[in-house]
Amino acid sequence: MSLLSLRDVTRVYGLGGAQVNALDGIALDVELGAFVSLMGPSGSGKSTALNVLGCLDVPTDGSYRFRGIEVTTLDRRARARLRRAWIGFVFQGFNLLDRSSALENVELPLVYRGIAPAERRRRAREALDLVGLADRGGHLPNQLSGGQQQRVAIARALVTEPSLLLADEPTGNLDTARSHDVMQLLSRLHRERGQTIVMVTHEPEMAAYTDRIVHFRDGRVERDERVPPREVPCPA
Amino acid sequence: MSRLTNALRLASAELTRNWSRTALTSLGILIGVAAVIAMVGIGQGATASVAEDVAAMGSNLLMVEAGASRGPQSRSTARPFTAADLDRIRREVAHLSAVSPQVSASATAAYGGITYDTTVTGSDSGYLLARGWSLDAGRAFTEGEERSGAAVCLVGATVRTEVFGGSDPVGAQLRLGKTSCTVVGLLQTKGENTMGMDQDDLVLAPVGFVQRRLVGSTDISSIVISVDSEDHIDLALAGLELTLRDLRHVRSDDTVDYTIRDTREMVAHMSGITTVLTGFLSAVAGVSLLVGGIGIMNIMLVSVTERTREIGIRMSIGALEEDVMLQFLTEAMVLGAVGGAAGAVLGVALTGVGASLLDVPFVVEPAVVVGSVAFSALMGVGFGYLPARRAARLEPIDALRS
Repeated sequence: MSLLSLRDVTRVYGLGGAQVNALDGIALDVELGAFVSLMGPSGSGKSTALNVLGCLDVPTDGSYRFRGIEVTTLDRRARARLRRAWIGFVFQGFNLLDRSSALENVELPLVYRGIAPAERRRRAREALDLVGLADRGGHLPNQLSGGQQQRVAIARALVTEPSLLLADEPTGNLDTARSHDVMQLLSRLHRERGQTIVMVTHEPEMAAYTDRIVHFRDGRVERDERVPPREVPCPA
Repeated sequence: MSRLTNALRLASAELTRNWSRTALTSLGILIGVAAVIAMVGIGQGATASVAEDVAAMGSNLLMVEAGASRGPQSRSTARPFTAADLDRIRREVAHLSAVSPQVSASATAAYGGITYDTTVTGSDSGYLLARGWSLDAGRAFTEGEERSGAAVCLVGATVRTEVFGGSDPVGAQLRLGKTSCTVVGLLQTKGENTMGMDQDDLVLAPVGFVQRRLVGSTDISSIVISVDSEDHIDLALAGLELTLRDLRHVRSDDTVDYTIRDTREMVAHMSGITTVLTGFLSAVAGVSLLVGGIGIMNIMLVSVTERTREIGIRMSIGALEEDVMLQFLTEAMVLGAVGGAAGAVLGVALTGVGASLLDVPFVVEPAVVVGSVAFSALMGVGFGYLPARRAARLEPIDALRS
């Protein structure tokens, strides 16, 4: 069974003559344990597709099933609960809370899930350890490099053990070396933990880390490409 | 519960981080609460002071004055009373414990080269009972002295200070205008009443003495009556009306030529004034509290706009609408409560200052203080609702984009 499945999904922005079809009849299935990248020029609909997958946006028409649940019929509140229960987000701009330490940032999703403080702390430390920042828990985001901030953000997304990790241009704000660090981390999470990851990127170099590349153009899926298994670049 | 503690922790972190804004935002509530507490406190002090004054006049007191009432302080002129009128009241009206004449005259008191203008009141020892007065030193008039109108007198504390320089006046020969009397006692200090009148500035002498030596007539301008119990006041009033109408040949309500005042009426009248004033001032203070609440709403709206991105982040990592709502409501509530608590402290201090300036008792009702802090927190919640809802209704996707 697919973890998620889009059928004939359209998303229309604006009204009347100024309508834009951000998505124009998309069909997409993602299996549990997949590592998928969505590629395409800006305006091709890849980010809108990611937002729909993350239940942040609702299709104008069509069907979106996540773990067998029809998301399009859910209200705002139910979508928020679904998101909270199953989905982790990583953003291009990291989106850490500046005034909270790395550890507190990672803890935050657990706070909203009502986990007890001691348990929270333990799991947050584990997640930071997973991304190789065990010793940086007390730092504020502005005391960390961009790459480290993105790794904190990944730890924050993973601390709840989501079924689906969504990453919106996770390397968009990083230089090449840091970008490869982050991609190697995501790749390792996928390989070692079987983490399902869907990521948006416009860099073929980064998409090359994934198993499958879905090419978007003008709101449609232009090409769905399986990436042949290849040598994983060794971390330096 | 941990949700609430978390929200409180977040709110206090946010509010201390931006403490100058917090202080300025709370200022409106602070001033409002301080004003309300001070107004209510001083108002209650004034009311208590009125009650004390009235109690000082004597309990269950009735005052009969010649002339019809034309408002609280004025009367038409009419025939004064006589000693025979008093005798008849004593005989005919039940439940009276004292019926005393009151004749007042201005006189210059002199002793040892010091002179002082004061009021001499002529009455009898029942007068002390009716007014609830007692003596600090010496003795009251004897029956014989009263009957004969002997040249003896009791002096108030002010007269003692002014004329005798604070030394013991008992036994001294006090000159009153062209006559003189022997001081036999010192009246207990009573202080000023709410109207600022010095109640110790008097000399009390037997009525006959004052009539003969100072006034030059046997007229009695007013009668002071004490009723034996509060329960009998209405009964005594009715009996008094009957006797007085007969005495003074009153045939219809239009020709009434005397006025009876009782202490209850005076309490009602005076506390009516203070209640209206307190209410009015409290309402004005309440408006400033309202303005303070609007200030909170304003700043919270600004804060929501500033923190849209933060809200988006929180929502994307699992905060539900109610979490965001709770966060902002808590912040507004803490803002209100902080302002309220500081305002309560200031308000109590202002009440103390005001009470001592106006010379009224310092009255602070704990319920008013606790109530106004709780009310300010409630105001925070009330005025924080709109901004909090605005925050909670943000679409995470839009909020993240800002």
